[in-house]
Amino acid sequence: MASEFLSPRLRRGDMTLGEKLWQMSWSLVLLVIAIAGVGFLMLYSAANGSMDPWTSRQMARFSVGLVLMLGLALVDVRLFMRYAYAVYGIALALLVLVEVKGTIGMGAQRWIDVGFFQLQPSEVMKIALVLALARYFHGASIDDVGRPGYLLPPIALVLAPVALVLRQPDLGTALMLLMGATVLFFLSGVRMWVFGLVAAVGVGTVPVAWQFLHEYQKKRVLTFLNPENDPLGAGYHIMQSKIALGSGGLFGKGFMQGTQSHLNFLPERQTDFIFTMLAEELGMVGGLILIGLYVLVLIYGFAISLRCRQQFGRLVAIGVTTTFFLYVFINIAMVMGLIPVVGVPLPLISYGGTAMLTLMIGIGIMMSVHVHRDVQMGRRGGYDDD
Amino acid sequence: MRASVHRDGDRAKLFTRRAAMLGAGKVVLVSALAARMYYLQIIEGDKYKTLADENRISLRLLPPPRGRIVDRFGAPMAINQQNFRVLLVSEQTRDVGATLDMLGEIIPLTDFDRQRVVREIRRKRSFMPVTVRENLTWEDMARIHVNAPDLPGIIIDEGLARAYPHGDDAAHVLGYVAAVSEAELTDDPLLDLPGARIGKGGIEREFDLALRGRGGNSQVEVNALGRVIRELSREEGDPGAEIQLTLDVRLQEFASRQIGEESGSCIVMDVHTGEVLAYAAQPSYDPNAFNRGLTPDEWKALVSNPKAPLSNKPISGQYAPGSTFKMVVALAALEAGVIRPEQTVYCPGHMSLGSARFHCWKKHGHGAMNMTEAIKNSCDVYFYEIAKRLGVDRIADMGRRFSFGEPTGLGLAGERSGTMPTRAWKQAALGQPWHQGETLIAGIGQGYVLATPMQLAVMTARLANGGFAVNPVVTRHVPKGREIQERPPQKAPDLGISRASLQIVQNGMWEVVNAPGGTARKARLPEGLGEMAGKTGTAQVRRITKAERDAGVTKNEDLPWERRDHALFVCYAPYDAPRYAVAVVIEHGGGGSTVAAPIASAVMAETLRLDPSRKVPDSPVAGGEAPDTVGSGAAVAPEKEV
Repeated sequence: MASEFLSPRLRRGDMTLGEKLWQMSWSLVLLVIAIAGVGFLMLYSAANGSMDPWTSRQMARFSVGLVLMLGLALVDVRLFMRYAYAVYGIALALLVLVEVKGTIGMGAQRWIDVGFFQLQPSEVMKIALVLALARYFHGASIDDVGRPGYLLPPIALVLAPVALVLRQPDLGTALMLLMGATVLFFLSGVRMWVFGLVAAVGVGTVPVAWQFLHEYQKKRVLTFLNPENDPLGAGYHIMQSKIALGSGGLFGKGFMQGTQSHLNFLPERQTDFIFTMLAEELGMVGGLILIGLYVLVLIYGFAISLRCRQQFGRLVAIGVTTTFFLYVFINIAMVMGLIPVVGVPLPLISYGGTAMLTLMIGIGIMMSVHVHRDVQMGRRGGYDDD
Repeated sequence: MRASVHRDGDRAKLFTRRAAMLGAGKVVLVSALAARMYYLQIIEGDKYKTLADENRISLRLLPPPRGRIVDRFGAPMAINQQNFRVLLVSEQTRDVGATLDMLGEIIPLTDFDRQRVVREIRRKRSFMPVTVRENLTWEDMARIHVNAPDLPGIIIDEGLARAYPHGDDAAHVLGYVAAVSEAELTDDPLLDLPGARIGKGGIEREFDLALRGRGGNSQVEVNALGRVIRELSREEGDPGAEIQLTLDVRLQEFASRQIGEESGSCIVMDVHTGEVLAYAAQPSYDPNAFNRGLTPDEWKALVSNPKAPLSNKPISGQYAPGSTFKMVVALAALEAGVIRPEQTVYCPGHMSLGSARFHCWKKHGHGAMNMTEAIKNSCDVYFYEIAKRLGVDRIADMGRRFSFGEPTGLGLAGERSGTMPTRAWKQAALGQPWHQGETLIAGIGQGYVLATPMQLAVMTARLANGGFAVNPVVTRHVPKGREIQERPPQKAPDLGISRASLQIVQNGMWEVVNAPGGTARKARLPEGLGEMAGKTGTAQVRRITKAERDAGVTKNEDLPWERRDHALFVCYAPYDAPRYAVAVVIEHGGGGSTVAAPIASAVMAETLRLDPSRKVPDSPVAGGEAPDTVGSGAAVAPEKEV
């Protein structure tokens, strides 16, 4: 509606580099740097007060990620629209490739070794699926999404990677893909009763699905339901995590003073359980401040989404935000014993490059959506093919 | 174009509505995270703080060194030595078997070791270390250290182990320590420690609580692997008390060597203080081996040895005292007035009582004997006669005054009382009436009369000190719960025997050793050590039949070992100022004069040589050792008769 009163140049999106930089959400960039900074501090503590081996490498990765993020923010959002299916296709092909000739790591096939780093196709797919679904629903009217037949292609788009990821087997990532996709279906206007129906069918198939879970996955679920049953086995990690977190109290034991973390009672303190270490050393105050920073990122995501003038941008922004949220929620809920142990890192803080890169690419695309929020977009990504 | 914009407007409205719902959902979930944090960190915070401290703080018991045991001059007899050992904490390894397999590739582990480890793990709490191997070399320790990452739950420990520098020489006094059995566990946490030892015999057992000491505590911070990061606090315990014995370790060794390959006992006792200076029992065992843990074969060899190395013969061996008992009978007769000292009894080589004939050891008889001569010659017929006149109950009355028939109260486990028979005793014990013939046999220390070597030493001491009821002691301390205290000086009561009677008997014992024709003339002390008084004894362990006696009694050397006579000898010296009593019993040794007397004489000579009062005449220690309870009568040398 208001688009008619904007200058045609903005609607067409042919902005100069200076205009794009001016439009960029620099406060979001600062927020991302702040969160990563907290991560550097925690990795420094995890290494008992040393930049090696984690902080220095994490900083290098973050620098690469930051350049990538800013670069993507400048890319015309219509390019993402245009190549959404292509990116999805490549990601799916990579998933098939790891299935065929992936290397064995952590008991599951998840990586492709491309020489200088290990490529994790399921991470690529987290962004690719958002782009593909956003493109599909960009052209859909309210009536379209009301027709069940219209929903079959996007459902196929979701189930193909989910099935491949499950085969790896990586239950956590599969569920994240599924939940992220569900949110996009929801935001696209799919009727509420469809979700009710799917939920009902889902609950009904839980006993069947249980049979298909791997032994270690069943064990994790059972351990989650009763961690004290096996304090030295599978429940050990979550028990120690709760002890570490609980013993932190309101203000924590002090930076680098976490006994649970530094005496090695806490497993994986530099990766999946880094939030526990933070909460042990900096207490509930520190934990809530970090959660607050994450909430700010989410608020930015929602704002970008709602400020956007095309459905594609709205959906991409909400999809990235949701992926980000799922990382945060699953990781923190897991270390606090709210959900079973799944290998999901804490965004921008846990040591490791793959998830950080995924999220920073996602935020970069989201920032591109923000920069090009007023650009008009046709059904296939052009601005004049409507 | 307008339609599409309009359509997008509807979609945007729907999107906004649903985004609000999504946002609300996320707010709920994030609130759940915050609520969970509040619950864990604030509401349950104290509980988790405690759990975190339990994780990180480990309370370690500091075992105190076990008290030493030293001889009368402070020479160590039981000490603690550095001991490297390997421990296993079962909760720190997922698979005990696999860890032991790995360890077995580094140091030899027998199946016996493995079974014991598994058994102990089942018994103990999972965080208590269990000893896998002890007494390891430096090289073994280094190899284990290098391989530590592959050996979860394995701890290297440097502890103290009990050691007995004199090996088997004093095993029966010292006893030994060994691993704690389940029945011996008390609430003392020291007993739960790996490699904990408990006294199993002798002084180690009697003084176990005092020797053990009190454990200290150390609070240490450990990491998840149990490695100690730092010590937080420390409370030292009390080391075990040092126990001083009355033994002289040099004399103890000497006496043990004198017995040699024989099976027997040799006791040296101070006649005034009752202090036992030597307590030899052979064959013996090595208490170090018990501490280390015996193999089944070693154990079998010990228990199947006919000479019974484990038997504490000085207090639990019971033998017929034989002729060494004759002094008691003589004193009973003198005190009862059934004979005068100079009165003689004619010995034709035997004595008839009814249809029975009682033989003297000298087949053709001694002729007329007065009391001194009867003791000197050990004439059996003389003692048959006075025993007949006395009756067994009056003999027993005198016997009890010389400690027969009841334990001497030395303070070591397993002491037996021997037998001092009376009419009432036989009726009660056997349900039969007393026969007069049995009185005669008792008169020469045979039949029902049984005594331990310690009782013989006490008898000799009481004869020598002028009739005072001195009791034997082997320690300068007495246990008092977990503490010890100095043993108060003994007040030996007078036995109420006339000095004159004692002098007659002492004179007889002098003649045994010193007079021509005495039964132990060869046992005289070497020149310069003064004179000794003594009495031989030969205790039959078989009955000599008439046929054998007619054919000539079989010589001991021709009999199988277990049927030979026991050889006994008791003596004291110096004769004119008695100081030491020695009692020797050699099981199945043959004759008292030929086997036991030379041993006793050699030990007595060594005792006198080692006597500090001889070397340093004015030493205050030596002066202090002689209490004032000495009867004056004993110090007066009696006139010598031949």
